[in-house]
Amino acid sequence: MKRFALAGNPNCGKTTLFNSLTGSTAHVGNWPGVTVEKKDGVYKKLKEPISIIDLPGIYSLSPYTPEEVISRNYILDEHPDCVINIVDATNLERNLYLTTQLLEINVPVIVALNMMDVLVKNGDSIDVEAIEKKLGVPVVSISALKENNLEELMSRALEASNSPRVGKTIISNKDLLHLIGDVRIAFEGQKVENPLFHAIKLVEKDELETKMHPDLIPMVEAFKKTFNDETFGNDFEAVIADSRYQFISSNFHNSVKRKEVEIVEDKKHKKHKESKSDRIDKVLTHKVFGLIIFAVIMFFVFHLTFSENLFFVGAAFKNNGVAPSFKGTIYEGLIWTDSGINSPGVILFNFFDMSFSALIGDDVPGIGMGVIRSGMINAFGDGHWFVGFVNDGVLAGLFAILGFLPQILVLFLFFSIMEDTGYMARVAFILDRIFRKFGLSGRAFIPMIMGFGCSVPAMVNTRTLADDKERTATIRVIPFFSCGAKLPILVAIAGGILQVFHAGNVDVIIYSMYAVGVVAAIICALIMRHTTMRGEAAPFIMELPEYHWPQFKGLMIHLWDKTKHFVKKAFTIILASTIVIWFLSNFGWNWQYLGSFEGSILQSIGQFIQPIFTPLGFGSQLNSLGWVFAVAAITGLIAKENVISTFAALAAIVVSTNPAIVAELEALGEVEEGVDSAYAMIAATGITWQGCISFIAFNMLTIPCFAACATAKAELPKGKFRWTLLFWIVASFVASSVIYLFLSMFDRTSYIWAIPSFAGAALLAAIAIYLIVRYNKSHPVMRA
Amino acid sequence: MLKKLDEFQVGETGLIKMVEGEGRIRRRLFDMGVTPGATVYLRKKAPLGDPLEVTIRGYELTLRKNEAHFVILEVKEDQK
Repeated sequence: MKRFALAGNPNCGKTTLFNSLTGSTAHVGNWPGVTVEKKDGVYKKLKEPISIIDLPGIYSLSPYTPEEVISRNYILDEHPDCVINIVDATNLERNLYLTTQLLEINVPVIVALNMMDVLVKNGDSIDVEAIEKKLGVPVVSISALKENNLEELMSRALEASNSPRVGKTIISNKDLLHLIGDVRIAFEGQKVENPLFHAIKLVEKDELETKMHPDLIPMVEAFKKTFNDETFGNDFEAVIADSRYQFISSNFHNSVKRKEVEIVEDKKHKKHKESKSDRIDKVLTHKVFGLIIFAVIMFFVFHLTFSENLFFVGAAFKNNGVAPSFKGTIYEGLIWTDSGINSPGVILFNFFDMSFSALIGDDVPGIGMGVIRSGMINAFGDGHWFVGFVNDGVLAGLFAILGFLPQILVLFLFFSIMEDTGYMARVAFILDRIFRKFGLSGRAFIPMIMGFGCSVPAMVNTRTLADDKERTATIRVIPFFSCGAKLPILVAIAGGILQVFHAGNVDVIIYSMYAVGVVAAIICALIMRHTTMRGEAAPFIMELPEYHWPQFKGLMIHLWDKTKHFVKKAFTIILASTIVIWFLSNFGWNWQYLGSFEGSILQSIGQFIQPIFTPLGFGSQLNSLGWVFAVAAITGLIAKENVISTFAALAAIVVSTNPAIVAELEALGEVEEGVDSAYAMIAATGITWQGCISFIAFNMLTIPCFAACATAKAELPKGKFRWTLLFWIVASFVASSVIYLFLSMFDRTSYIWAIPSFAGAALLAAIAIYLIVRYNKSHPVMRA
Repeated sequence: MLKKLDEFQVGETGLIKMVEGEGRIRRRLFDMGVTPGATVYLRKKAPLGDPLEVTIRGYELTLRKNEAHFVILEVKEDQK
């Protein structure tokens, strides 16, 4: 099958063309690369099927980002049968710059002039034939979005692919051509493919090229001494870039006919006529309102995805005694509860969660027990290990993760819209100044704030970061932005603290824990960017695309891609890990099925590791039941909401042996979900409130759930995942013990030993800073 | 009058005379069309004063002040 590669600038409509060409026939295969992926699909409307490869968007064939390397290597090494160069007709000048480089490669090239519909709508016209003549390759005007002229493009591409093409350059400087010719002959002697392309890149002092062919550099250097351009001296890089642009502006300036009015305005030097896009931009990046509008947009994105009290009408619901939607059925409370309307994200989440629960739950409104569970109990008998394995192990684990998918997709949809409209680039523009202080660029903001929803899409989103070190640092701190699944931990334990110690305020505790996460992220990013992940902030030279309406089809394809990616993971690594944890928590050392935690392998592991949590306030200082916190933290690795469901399971055991707590619980009356179990655990283990807060902090900062770990492993550069795990463990231990020590100062019984502890901590910090400084001295930063 | 791009006022237009610096940043500037002979219009600054947004070769480009520092332009006088 012939392979046609799509190459072009970012934002020139490449992916739209890919989707239009491969359409419903697309079987999109992903090759996850370091930072990006190329996609392939099949075009079936010609007499033979054609494989279409969508390459990452590039501005040039000089390697600047990992993306550009991928595209360059594909075109040079994989020998596609034809390169379809997509050129944005509304911005010929910059787009043709890449074309001039593609023409230097020995490969058939065809230029697709995209967005012709927009151009025509603006009242402009383009002389396609003239462009074709100047470039010497076929040029076809198309509209990828409206699917205009795609057949012609493909049949001409097929025609072009039948005859080989030898690379040509548009550089016209005679002396320079002479040098390029010499280098080219040397390359031909070494049997290098694409000698012309490589010769030009070497003369340009391209990074990759000079590394590959150091033997030829003296030749270029010797020639340099004799060369003297009147404007650029012997700066070949500038001469070549300039001659490309010279060629474009002198040849194609007249190819585009602008509407009359604009030409008149041009003469008056009123070039910067305001378009609709400009007017939108004026508001969205306004000096004062820009940041405020951004904050409001973010609020609504999260509100619509995660809120269980949409538009804050919950109070009215409570006062008027509104009954939950679908009361008494398995979908009780799907759309609204007695305390508020659910957001679209929550409704979707509920729908899946409730449906799953109708299958495997053991206390489902309306039907009592889930269908699968009751069916299996009938078949195998209550308490059979296989019933537990299927329901509590395999299905519960899978459903817990798949249940999140719809909510993640809703969040992703919003962010895709922001990206598609062009707003995301402005967000990076607005925030870059702040983020640079932490050693990151403005682009790192989006993955971070997405982390408040879910770490998985957030980590995938870091692909937009060009610099590997910045990317690694960002992925590592993403879990610190407390995700939706960690909120129940906060609510339950904060509620428990309030009930047991009659002190504190739930909201204050929750907000300050969120703040702890953000502060930890900032500190860790700063530390990393000054030590192991050191490097200059990556340049921020970026196109700001014009605003346009998001495209429904593109959005859907994007979401579908994400879904497949996520589901694939859920069925492999996550499923396996879930089963392991289920086994450990339900079997004893004698391989007997227990059906509960008591006497399980997990319990003894919990008891064994309990002492290491002593400096954090929930280790050896607790009574014999103290292992529950260790166990809850371990089960939290599957999914963070397991922390509280583990509490619930353990609380049942604790309560049954402790009548005093039963009485207290009854006195408590109705409380929010999970608070009663947290209450029971706090009362039974003798943990202090400082220990509770430290426990929350530990869960927020430690290794995230398996889904996030699997994503991190896939997204991080090779070999970095182990260190990332270690980083999460160390960060959570250090932060939680500092919090525990600090809070203990408010406690008269323990502040005396808190003082020497702080002295010790200060000493450790001083040693750490010394080591960092030494490390930095011995590992000088590589200058770009 | 020669001036560096990071010293420009919002609304000023200039003709690029020279691009200093070296390595990746310079390469990137060239690839994005920031080459001698191109006209640059400083459209706006980000709310916190940095980075900058310029119009060049018919599109919008953003770059930080320390990157703009390498771009030397001749200010166009005939603008109001």
